[in-house]
Amino acid sequence: MSDLSKTPRTVPRASATFDEYTLSEIRRAAATGIYDIRGAGAKRKLPHFDDLLFLGASISRYPLEGYREKCSTEVVLGTRFAKKPITLKIPITIAGMSFGSLSANAKEALGRGASAMGTSTTTGDGGMTQEERQSSQILVYQYLPSRYGMNPDDLRKADAIEIVVGQGAKPGGGGMLLGQKITERVAAMRTLPVGIDQRSACRHPDWTGPDDLEIKIEELREITDWEKPIYVKVGAARPYYDTALAVKSGADVVVVDGMQGGTAATQEVFIENVGIPTLAAVRQAAQALQDLGMHRKVQLIVSGGIRNGADVAKALALGADAVAIGTAALVALGDNDPHWEAEYQALGTTAGAYDDWHEGRDPAGITTQDPALSARLDPVAAGRRLANYLAVLTLECQTIARACGKSHVHNLEPEDLVALTIEAAAMARVPLAGTDWIPGVTGRF
Amino acid sequence: MSGHHAIDLATGSVRELNAALHALGPDTNETLWRVSNPRGLHAVAAGVDAPVTIEIDGPVGYYCGGMNKHASIVINGNAGVGLAQNIMSGFVHVKGDASQSAGATGCGGMIVIDGNASARCGISMKGVDIVVKGSVGHMSAFMGQAGSLVVLGDAGEALGDSLYEARLFVRGTVASLGADCIEKAMRDEHRALLAAKLEAAGLAGSVDIGEFKRYGSARTLYHFHVDNVSSY
Ligand SMILES: Cc1cc2nc3c(=O)[nH]c(=O)nc-3n(C[C@H](O)[C@H](O)[C@H](O)COP(=O)(O)O)c2cc1C
Repeated sequence: MSDLSKTPRTVPRASATFDEYTLSEIRRAAATGIYDIRGAGAKRKLPHFDDLLFLGASISRYPLEGYREKCSTEVVLGTRFAKKPITLKIPITIAGMSFGSLSANAKEALGRGASAMGTSTTTGDGGMTQEERQSSQILVYQYLPSRYGMNPDDLRKADAIEIVVGQGAKPGGGGMLLGQKITERVAAMRTLPVGIDQRSACRHPDWTGPDDLEIKIEELREITDWEKPIYVKVGAARPYYDTALAVKSGADVVVVDGMQGGTAATQEVFIENVGIPTLAAVRQAAQALQDLGMHRKVQLIVSGGIRNGADVAKALALGADAVAIGTAALVALGDNDPHWEAEYQALGTTAGAYDDWHEGRDPAGITTQDPALSARLDPVAAGRRLANYLAVLTLECQTIARACGKSHVHNLEPEDLVALTIEAAAMARVPLAGTDWIPGVTGRF
Repeated sequence: MSGHHAIDLATGSVRELNAALHALGPDTNETLWRVSNPRGLHAVAAGVDAPVTIEIDGPVGYYCGGMNKHASIVINGNAGVGLAQNIMSGFVHVKGDASQSAGATGCGGMIVIDGNASARCGISMKGVDIVVKGSVGHMSAFMGQAGSLVVLGDAGEALGDSLYEARLFVRGTVASLGADCIEKAMRDEHRALLAAKLEAAGLAGSVDIGEFKRYGSARTLYHFHVDNVSSY
């Protein structure tokens, strides 16, 4: 007779396939019958800028002295057709985030921070607010499928126009703003009933395809007397072709947003499973511009998961003219700050993981329309934090550029980079570190 | 005649025309503009913001009268895609047919189409009034938020799909209604509204209001709900 108590037992083993998160999602789905909606970007691990390294200077290239030798950061956007191109002092812009998804205080703080650093902010799916126009020295006005709040006066007040075809978090999806955030002011700006769960259109109502887009761009230029730079923003799906088609359609600037890019509210399944990583998208977009002889003539802005000056430098080295930030800017304002941990706990989450931005209960007062919560965010202090953060990104990017011997951050190039993984090497088309191997392109291991 | 401008697009450009129109202030005396040879050109008289009358002799391309404010625009011909898209105020009258997405996202003012309008007429409309003397194509008033669409002829498939608060009146047949769009009772207030729109379109007395049916949103898709899954 065997003594069961002496038989060695295996430890409980969690499934890698049916992990804790997956199981909880199955239970949630079974209980509610509706997909999960959340904010922020893809949370899964993806090949990213972390998988790249700069080589720095060596005997064959000499570096620049920090502080003493200039490393410029200025970017001019809209040099192709616009009568009034815009000049950013730093290669980092604030991405489009709607009033509605964000509080008026948060929008004002973004404007203050960006303006202090000489860069732009962008409206979003919900129109332009007075506060935003006033606090942003350079304001990009989004032209979205929903056209909420769209009007020619605001179009003419803008410094640039961004036609949104898609977003990295949801290429092919429209916006969502749930009832809790459709307050009277938000509803009035969007011409919608108060308190409804709002779904924005995913396609533009009056054009489809590149030939129509060309005519649409012409119309917007006519309405604004050819003054404003016109951007075309796409979610990273087929960035090579989308960039080429945007150029063909007459865009001044192409914005490519990778799948890590944040959103205010989208189905989780969409965020995690549609689109390609930013790292893969930059190189393809830059390649399209180079193949057309339009690199630096049509400017490229890249977004999706930009967190620090190294990410900025890597995006520029791969061919971008500037980057845009959404999530990181919100964090700089105070989003997901451990200061509010007790309240995050009460919402069933923890600081750093809070992503139910669509519910409008943000303890930090940023992704909400609740007057008491939004009053927690001081736009002056938060704007200051954003300006500080943008300054750090810029200094970090310059530090790397100088180490690579560049007198302008735009002089960074793919030759300055190597990859840590084969995936990153293939996507970014730079050699695997220590080899001259670019999978699918050159050399051997 | 003072204040009368003639612009020939066979020799001048759309850019010159629009620049001249944009230079007009609210008190301008140059109130009558005649445009000849538009030949299907795009963005003719787009972005005008002045109380002037613009008569266009011939067919126009995409986005004629786009984002119009205050102007009255008469097109003696057919109009291409996106006629008077996002119109804010004023009056746009097409003597012929209009292509897809006529009056898309329009926020105010009135559009009258003497002929037929193609698919997506009044898509995402936000306050404009559109009167179509002929018929409209499929997906008309898709996601319509506010304003009214009056159709004297027939409506194509999926009329008023995902409709918000726009009001739809159709005299003829409706091939099918889109998701969440239903026929609604015509009460006095609706008859008065319809009469006012027809009058504004210059049709007072010539059409029998009793022949129209009213369509609007059932408002069942206003909140995400498991029971509506098949409609999303
Ligand atoms: C709260 C929030 C609201 C957003 N709203 C919009 C929008 O209205 N229009 C748009 O094109 N993109 C919108 N985005 C996407 C951003 O413009 C940008 O593409 C993205 O945030 C960049 O990625 P990152 O968050 O990793 O920096 C939004 C993002 C966030 C986080």
